[in-house]
Amino acid sequence: MARLARLRFSDEELDELAAQLSAVLDHAADVEALDVSGIEPTSHPQPLSDVARADKVRPSVSRAEVLAQAPSVADGQFRVPPILGEAP
Amino acid sequence: MTAGAIAAAVAAGERTARSVAEDYLDRIAADDSEIGAFNLVLVDEALAAADRVDAAVARGEPPGPLCGVPVALKDNLCTRGIPTTCSSRMLEGWRPPYNATVVERLRAAGAVVVGKTNLDEFAMGSSTENSAFGPTRNPHDTSRVPGGSSGGSAASVAAGFSALALGSDTGGSIRQPAALCGVVGMKPTYGRVSRYGLVAFASSLDQIGPFAATVADAAACYEAIAGHDPLDSTSIDQPLEPIEDALAEGVEGLRVGVLAELCGGAPPEAPAGNGAPADVSRGVEGVAGDVLSRVRDAAETLERAGAEVRTVSVPSAVLGLSAYYLIAPAEASSNLARYDGVRYGLRVDAANAAEMNVNTRTAGFGAEVKRRIMLGTYALSAGYYDAFYGKALRVRTLMLEEFAAVYNDVDVLLCPTAPTTAFELGAKTADPLLMYLNDVCTIPSNLTGHPAISVPFGRGDDGLPVGVQIMGPALSERLIFRVAAALERTATGEGSAP
Amino acid sequence: MSGEAPERETALPDGWELVVGLEVHVELSTATKLFCGCANRFGDEPNTNVCPVCLGLPGSLPVVNAAAVDFAMRLGRALGCEVRPAVFARKNYFYPDMPKDYQISQYDQPTNIDGRLELADGHVVGIERAHIEEDTGKTTHVGGGGRIHDASYALVDYNRAGVPLVEIVSRPDIRTAEQARAYVRELRAILLSVGVSDARMEEGSMRVDANVSVRPSGSDELRTRCEIKNLSSLRSLGRAITFEAGRHVDLWSSGERPRQETRHWDEAQGRTTPGRSKEDAEDYRYFQDPDLVPLVPSAEQVAAIDAELPVLPAARRAELLAVGAGAVSASDAALLVERDQDELVRAAVSGGAEPGLTATRVANDLAVDDWSRVTPASLAALIGLESSGQMTATQAKQVLAEMVETGDEPASIAERRGFQAMAGDDLAATVDEVIAANPGEWARYRDGDDTGRKKLSGFFIGQVMRATRGRADGAAVNRLLQERAEPA
Ligand SMILES: [Zn+2]
Repeated sequence: MARLARLRFSDEELDELAAQLSAVLDHAADVEALDVSGIEPTSHPQPLSDVARADKVRPSVSRAEVLAQAPSVADGQFRVPPILGEAP
Repeated sequence: MTAGAIAAAVAAGERTARSVAEDYLDRIAADDSEIGAFNLVLVDEALAAADRVDAAVARGEPPGPLCGVPVALKDNLCTRGIPTTCSSRMLEGWRPPYNATVVERLRAAGAVVVGKTNLDEFAMGSSTENSAFGPTRNPHDTSRVPGGSSGGSAASVAAGFSALALGSDTGGSIRQPAALCGVVGMKPTYGRVSRYGLVAFASSLDQIGPFAATVADAAACYEAIAGHDPLDSTSIDQPLEPIEDALAEGVEGLRVGVLAELCGGAPPEAPAGNGAPADVSRGVEGVAGDVLSRVRDAAETLERAGAEVRTVSVPSAVLGLSAYYLIAPAEASSNLARYDGVRYGLRVDAANAAEMNVNTRTAGFGAEVKRRIMLGTYALSAGYYDAFYGKALRVRTLMLEEFAAVYNDVDVLLCPTAPTTAFELGAKTADPLLMYLNDVCTIPSNLTGHPAISVPFGRGDDGLPVGVQIMGPALSERLIFRVAAALERTATGEGSAP
Repeated sequence: MSGEAPERETALPDGWELVVGLEVHVELSTATKLFCGCANRFGDEPNTNVCPVCLGLPGSLPVVNAAAVDFAMRLGRALGCEVRPAVFARKNYFYPDMPKDYQISQYDQPTNIDGRLELADGHVVGIERAHIEEDTGKTTHVGGGGRIHDASYALVDYNRAGVPLVEIVSRPDIRTAEQARAYVRELRAILLSVGVSDARMEEGSMRVDANVSVRPSGSDELRTRCEIKNLSSLRSLGRAITFEAGRHVDLWSSGERPRQETRHWDEAQGRTTPGRSKEDAEDYRYFQDPDLVPLVPSAEQVAAIDAELPVLPAARRAELLAVGAGAVSASDAALLVERDQDELVRAAVSGGAEPGLTATRVANDLAVDDWSRVTPASLAALIGLESSGQMTATQAKQVLAEMVETGDEPASIAERRGFQAMAGDDLAATVDEVIAANPGEWARYRDGDDTGRKKLSGFFIGQVMRATRGRADGAAVNRLLQERAEPA
């Protein structure tokens, strides 16, 4: 789970975390135990649909302003350490 | 001086926006070291903005509704060229290249931004103790927390550092600190205020809303920031109802429901003449007796003012906390993935990109943020999605249905805002679940997307402020402001104040 | 694509059948990106078409591009899909080219499902879904010769991040490498004809992954498949499928089984190499994106799309074949439709031109970008001159080339150039001279069977052409040769 979230924990941290998470999940047992058959999920409180914008170009942000915030930059691009493995 | 009075005085040329800004900045300079409401005070920017307002007034341009009013922004609202940290090491020094829509709207209304306020890191918390830059203290008692996550904004208004402040409310992060700091705090209907430029915690729950010393000021601030925004797909495209004229209308004939499940389970001693539904034995845990007494006082006050008050039941309300602590972390785990050290903010380098991500995130996030990311990652993961996240979404449906049913019988609901008055710093930091229980009364409105407001109503046994909460159906802002104004009139002096 | 050399494919050993499904990503040619107003443009300076939304800056929110949704639905209808209510989901994984570290895609409720694509040869491939998603940025690995594993750092350009894509997922209905290529060619023709993408494999605006497995012939089981990535041309696609299928047959035949994994095509080595296996597959934690709202196309919207759909390539090929009444070959028809020249040919034919010759002449000799000066009438006139023997094939080609340049009438070009097919007696005399000069070849021609004669007739026609400097009509030479080999 920590790998999926790209976080690292020490063993002590993991123990504490496990205890805390299981307390929260125990509390969530009421939800887990609920018979929800026949109830549709609600991802969204507002029943909106088909909100779209026109295909019109809007000005982009200046590259200098964007790159000024980056931790590392080279050749007008964001620089990162070597990437092992390919994108899925 | 209320925001309304300031705006009127500046518009009439009786005061300059600059002199107002200077007063507030002086107060911040004198007292904020004790409170810690601000991450950043914008002295030069505020004075420049005030001068622009004064120049516009001098030119005879129509004054905005918040003309010259000092306002503080929660530091998770993007401000162009001005650091926006979310009280996290992760974003220390980040200067967004754009303004949040609410920031643009405040400016258009003539408001003067005086600073960025402290919060629980990425708005995750209920005490403003989870800030990378140290806690904010409650102006009523500096040994106590201001509530959270918008504790800095609540404290700013309570301490007189700004006439108004904006916060964000995902599970009660405006209303709970408002209650603990003795100010008005309001969460609009989901979609009423644009989220564009609000750094996301849980996208389907987050709403921006106002803090103010008075209901009228909160309403004016809400009106300034609300309305459709094409940059937010979830923004509601419907006209706003004016609110100010409703505030004096009173509550004669309104049907008010006391929400049993959030009032200790057993119906609070029923105000005369209504029947409680049969099964209300199950209520949320931990709502303190003095808080329940103030809710009863509020119910009586409304009844005396002509409202029909009865006890009502929404059984699924007790499931809110559990559902919330699955949905919000799930969305947060995805929303916070982007803090990877590549494009902005903190980077802790490593031999390869994946390790760099891990180093950066491990160093940049505090314990509570990591906890919620882990919880959310778990709730969404294969094999657990159906048992946790999927079920939580169905609880949401259940709550929407049950609240819709109850709003057939009553116009608004009344309940506590927070289970207790402000607690001591450090009292709940060791036990996340205990801290999460602070949100038990506020969470239902986030899950349903309905509006709710907390209004100060008397004090607890410890002499600290208590807030009561008015909830209404979607787009009922005018109504809940109106009920809040009626309570405010009682609480601030007319005869029967508790 | 048509210019690529045909790839020779080795058939699978007897008793084995190939099972291929393709996943094709195409970039939609909208003016702006999928969720923001940045320009959707290839080849600009890095990180110049970016904004808070497509950089995934904190606080930014996506708003979907109406044109991208419309394009996706048009494509869906062109593929015979059902267009359905859809929602956007987040696919969560970390990668530096993905600004939010999740990709907005459609998961369990895609816009298009259940379509079909008919290949030029009539084979039908089912379409499982065609869904909308956003593209990632572009990563350049620097140092170590550009190879990922020993690069010293990487650079990221987000111009492409957020460009609208449609991913078209076929059912595993493809049985040969040639069908796979034909599928991609046909899909490209449809994309161009509907006008939703420029579909250029070499620029990456069309990217193909192949799911390959094999099974004993006649069975309907689905065995372990491998997903082949990094296929940058039709040629690679065919070669990779052939290689991978062979690898699978070898494994099964020796009692082993392939691992379910992603593999990469190495064009230089001509083989696939292992990538991510199913065991290290990410848990993408899909969930509905709360920043976006559902798309609910109305019946009227779908009907309007249907009404505006152009005639699709399969129908255009059929029309051309019908007009030709058997004289136009399927491959010429496919090529003409691909090049948008079917209308020209049909018009020339209805102006009296001989269908087979018209199709062949245009398919072979009008492979130019701008043929706007060639009108159906002038084309019909040219074909008329050629089919009546007034002009040789070689001359007709030269005249056509000049028509492309000048737009002049073929008759006047021919006159200016002094073109006229060599008349009967002169030609017969030349043929006799050539026969006399090559007695050995002539003996083999005269005594050979049909196949042998066919081979040698090319030789004689070439000799006659050389002697007449191209003024001979090849068909007439052939006729004369046959008359002389078998005197009545
Ligand atoms: Zn953009």
